[in-house]
Amino acid sequence: MKRSIILLVAFSLIALHGNAQKYLTRTGKVSFYGSTPLETIEAINNEVACVLDAEKGSFIFQVPVKSFKFEKSLMQEHFNENYMESSTYPKAEYRGSIENINDIDLSKNGTYDVKTKGNLKIHGVTKEVSLPGKLIVKGNNITVQSKFKVVPQDYNIEIPGVVVDKIAKEIEVTVNSIMQTK
Amino acid sequence: MRLLHFFILASTIITFSDVDSFAQPRKEHQLQVDESDKKDGDDLLDILKDTPEKKSYTTAAFKTSRLVNGHSIENTGKGVLDFRVNHRFGNLLNGTSNFFGLDDANTRIGFDYGVTDWLMVGFGRNTYQKEYDGFLKVKLLRQTENKGMPLSLSYMGASSIQSMPAPTLPAGQEYHFSNRMYYVNQLLIARKFNRWLSLQIMPTHVHYNLVPTTPESNDLVAVGVGGRVKLSNRVAINGEYYYRVPGTEQNGYYNVLSIGVDIETGGHVFQLIISNSRAMTERAFIGQTNGQWGFDGKTGSFDAIHFGFNLSRVFTIVRPKEFRGGGDSMY
Repeated sequence: MKRSIILLVAFSLIALHGNAQKYLTRTGKVSFYGSTPLETIEAINNEVACVLDAEKGSFIFQVPVKSFKFEKSLMQEHFNENYMESSTYPKAEYRGSIENINDIDLSKNGTYDVKTKGNLKIHGVTKEVSLPGKLIVKGNNITVQSKFKVVPQDYNIEIPGVVVDKIAKEIEVTVNSIMQTK
Repeated sequence: MRLLHFFILASTIITFSDVDSFAQPRKEHQLQVDESDKKDGDDLLDILKDTPEKKSYTTAAFKTSRLVNGHSIENTGKGVLDFRVNHRFGNLLNGTSNFFGLDDANTRIGFDYGVTDWLMVGFGRNTYQKEYDGFLKVKLLRQTENKGMPLSLSYMGASSIQSMPAPTLPAGQEYHFSNRMYYVNQLLIARKFNRWLSLQIMPTHVHYNLVPTTPESNDLVAVGVGGRVKLSNRVAINGEYYYRVPGTEQNGYYNVLSIGVDIETGGHVFQLIISNSRAMTERAFIGQTNGQWGFDGKTGSFDAIHFGFNLSRVFTIVRPKEFRGGGDSMY
């Protein structure tokens, strides 16, 4: 009798805390792509840190700006020096929460479309945005995938007249990160 | 009885946990969104704060691999070919008779290539004394952004061969091929203090296989100082001065002072310069600059201020491995 009560209590506690999982990665991938007839600009970052509270749906993405790798090293230098000013603003960040977290159960395997809302901070400028994404749950891993567009001018990134035809008006950002249980 | 007891207990627990895990928190969420969000955020931030700080190198102390005439601490990127065309014109202040010196140009055409992130090589051909030059530049220390290394250090080694017609020598004397050769050893020590200011010191040794007269030293020791002040993201002013250590210098030459403006447009960097030297190899502009800044009493004119430019255009020859497949490798 006593034993079964203890077991029950234990099980119910596990059930209660099973959802309070936090998922984490420090090697998430974010890339961006912008193309005009004159120039294609593409960069990949494999050092993105992201953490997700699967119960509450809150999350933080932190992107070290200097870790973006470009095909052309001079482009990479100009990206850091002239556009993102990454010594002054070393990190880009997206901090927010999943709006439809109550409709999905991240403890079950599957693919879930999510709507997120939060603050996107680039180049020291914070904007409230809502971005779509996809969560793929598989065992202890959650993969985040998202594609969205960013307009550099919205974040006070100045593009001078000489290169205005070479830089796309909208930059497409792709997120693909595998997070693991913390 | 026992069974009933069990069911009552079980259902109580389940109901309780039900209420606790769904109904209750949802209400709380709605009532105190701000507070709980804040707490969550801090929670998550704490987790991220554990991320070990990655070593981050200071980049772009100077816009390009040359300060003005001489080298800067910067290297050409790995797999990048840098095509350079430099011009040094005649006397700037002789007026319209030679179109401010533009009638009379010294040219260096050269290629630099980044073999690795820390090694670059280059060669070029100069109008001045029909000279061929080659160099390699190695990064030895790199300034870091946080704690750690306060400055960058590179070694630059160069050698050059002038190909003027051999002089007519008295009978019995021979003009050897090695008489045409020069060697340069240079250390580049630089620190980027902030976005706007970078400074560099360049201790230099130049060996001349042949000097004009026997008492003159074959080995010149000089110390250069230089720096950059950035005016905007795309425009910077550079300066560079080489002091020749007395006793090692050759007669009749002056210390070289050069000032330049860097203008960068995408893949190009233009450097517009003013200098008292018209040569572009270290042995010549550091050790054998034959004009001086300012008014020359002997000739009664400002006879040694020269306008010139360096033009650099980069081509990516070997693409980084992330981009070799082409297309979107992420999805």
